[in-house]
Amino acid sequence: MASPRDPGTPPSPLRLDHLQRLEAESIHIMREVAAEFERPVMLYSIGKDSSVMLRLAQKAFHPAPLPFPLLHIDTSYKFREMIEFRDRMAASVGARLIVHTNREALADGTEPFAVGTQRCCGLLKTKALLDALREGGFDAAFGGARRDEERSRAKERVFSLRDAHGQWDPKRQRPELWNLLNSRLNPGESIRVFPLSNWTEIDIWQYIHAENIPVVPMYFARDREAIVRGDSIMIREQSFVPLLPGERPQIVKCRMRSLGCSPCTGAIRSDADTVPKIIEELVAVRQSERQLRVIDHDQDGSMEIKKREGYF
Amino acid sequence: MAPGGGLDPSSSGLLRICTAGSVDDGKSTLIGRLLHDSQAIYEDQIRSVEAASKSRTAGPIDFSLFTDGLKAEREQGITIDVAYRYFATARRKFILADTPGHEQYTRNMATGASTAELAILLVDARHGVREQSRRHARIARLLGITHFVVAINKMDLVDFDRAVFDGIAAEFARILDGASAVTIPMSALMGDNVITRSQRTPWYEGVSLLEHLEAVDVDTDVTGKAFRFPVQMVLRPHHEFRGFAGQIQSGVIRAGDQVTVWPGGRSTAVSRIVSWEGDLPSAFAPMSVTLVLEDEIDISRGDMLVAGPVQVGQRFTADIVWMDERPLESTRVYLLKHTSRIVTAEVDRRLELNEIGPAAVRTSRPLIFDAYRENRATGSFVLIDPATNFTAGAGMIGAFEAEAAAAGHEGAAERLARLARRAGSDREAVDAVRVALEEILGK
Repeated sequence: MASPRDPGTPPSPLRLDHLQRLEAESIHIMREVAAEFERPVMLYSIGKDSSVMLRLAQKAFHPAPLPFPLLHIDTSYKFREMIEFRDRMAASVGARLIVHTNREALADGTEPFAVGTQRCCGLLKTKALLDALREGGFDAAFGGARRDEERSRAKERVFSLRDAHGQWDPKRQRPELWNLLNSRLNPGESIRVFPLSNWTEIDIWQYIHAENIPVVPMYFARDREAIVRGDSIMIREQSFVPLLPGERPQIVKCRMRSLGCSPCTGAIRSDADTVPKIIEELVAVRQSERQLRVIDHDQDGSMEIKKREGYF
Repeated sequence: MAPGGGLDPSSSGLLRICTAGSVDDGKSTLIGRLLHDSQAIYEDQIRSVEAASKSRTAGPIDFSLFTDGLKAEREQGITIDVAYRYFATARRKFILADTPGHEQYTRNMATGASTAELAILLVDARHGVREQSRRHARIARLLGITHFVVAINKMDLVDFDRAVFDGIAAEFARILDGASAVTIPMSALMGDNVITRSQRTPWYEGVSLLEHLEAVDVDTDVTGKAFRFPVQMVLRPHHEFRGFAGQIQSGVIRAGDQVTVWPGGRSTAVSRIVSWEGDLPSAFAPMSVTLVLEDEIDISRGDMLVAGPVQVGQRFTADIVWMDERPLESTRVYLLKHTSRIVTAEVDRRLELNEIGPAAVRTSRPLIFDAYRENRATGSFVLIDPATNFTAGAGMIGAFEAEAAAAGHEGAAERLARLARRAGSDREAVDAVRVALEEILGK
């Protein structure tokens, strides 16, 4: 049997580093979708992954404008800074932005403390998303999910087939070989496309750094007014979030590792106020990013169940 | 293109791996150990797994609970589908396709191996080489993998006996003859020779698994091969710009280089290589770029810009992996996706689910291709069942059938008649003719 080759051989100058390889792969996926689907849309959730996805889309179709609109599912409970950032980005990229909110559910008083997190997500995210996709007649929707985020996502294809109700069936997935993506849909079916499937959280930050991509300022540490309750740090923006007796806001140096709805997304104590410091912190940290997302932990196999119901 | 990714400058970039093993060879344990010990698994995930491990028995932490992503898998203690794992050391990033060893393993293994540069074959030291190990090795080689690690696991259960190891290693050397392979004695559960070299195998002079993965040079550089650029889409933002967007599948291109546009066969020169960062003097595989050409030539998605000789034809032989419950039938018409081109195709043989075999393929329109062993990207295709739209088969092109091609062009009416004649039932005949007709009518 042959022995392994001497690793001391210098790499060829015609070699892409791992971020460049990921970039080229993501652009390939986006172009396949733009070429093969009638009405694609890009889910824009304002976070760091969306920021990277948006930049990759700009690169994929340059010098042409984005061949699809952006869609934001607004629960109305996102952090204020996120909404300001969203509007600024859409304007600077020159993309058409569709904002969809389940107004009916909000009028009925839907919020996590009144109806529970599962039902709140189901109405304000999943139902809102499915309604928006149906109203727009979209047959393909890009999402910024990564396989390293959560264990059911590790099993998902780049082209994730959904039935007429937007639901995912993990046992009915199509094999995906090489870079050959199957765009054929049966009537009523649609796909969710994950161009960042092979990126990890650190890749995302390294790329943001290398490309100087704008992100929501909440990712950077600074002194913020927060409620500290045990291990969790909450930035309280909604008046329905109850305060326990004696609780009052205090100044904490913190940042968001993952952005979601303010009542359900905690901050972490941190001094990382630049991208390189965030990368340094990530290398050291031993907690996964979604730990601070209450909604992932509300039942066993939580994300898998949400995905089966039509969530990203 | 983003400059350097912040890794150690001496890093060897990205390595794509797939794993294969029979049931209970300890594959999930090995992967869990790699992820855990290279710190890709975070503390909160460990805590949730520790709680779940208490009811199962695989040592202090049941590592397979990290990797089995679906509820049904955790409940039944099996792995259903290909999963992708990501971990990194200071020297390299790894993408690992974790494929289950039993149910549907041919299909899953082919999927994992299709993008892998190296395969880890896992065997249980107590059982030695079994039929399934041979099949795994065969599938991986068929999919073009030339680098292997044979992980002889559960060495703790044979008292780290060198004779056991040597016997299995010798047998694998025969199976993997011609490939580059290293064999490592291991206990994934106890951690021997996974991350660090074990004290319990003093007779083993090689490196640990992770040390090998960090250092191995898989030499998959395709920039030395001829230029291949399948056109994904035409970008026309305004009248002055017409660019062809795609990913370079092999080779290098410089502004001014001559290319031939297939299937038309016309030659022209590349005038600009356009990227978001500005025009580039040159570009190479696997970069995604946009090319502007000197001459106005009618080019659309599915065409290919090529330098050097390439095969252009409608008949070729291929090894096919069948992945659908419904068998491959010579009487049916399939959709074939090759690079960015979709055509209809017929295959001259029957294959059942998880069968692999050589076949002759005939397509309705020409493909621009290379043999798979020369070029993975331009030598591979998938077959889609038009009735269900399922990705039913995967193919690796062997040779161009020059003899058959010389037999002449078949007219549309002859083709429809032949399809109808060969069908097993009226329903199949109607199906086959409908699919072929839709394509002829450009639907």
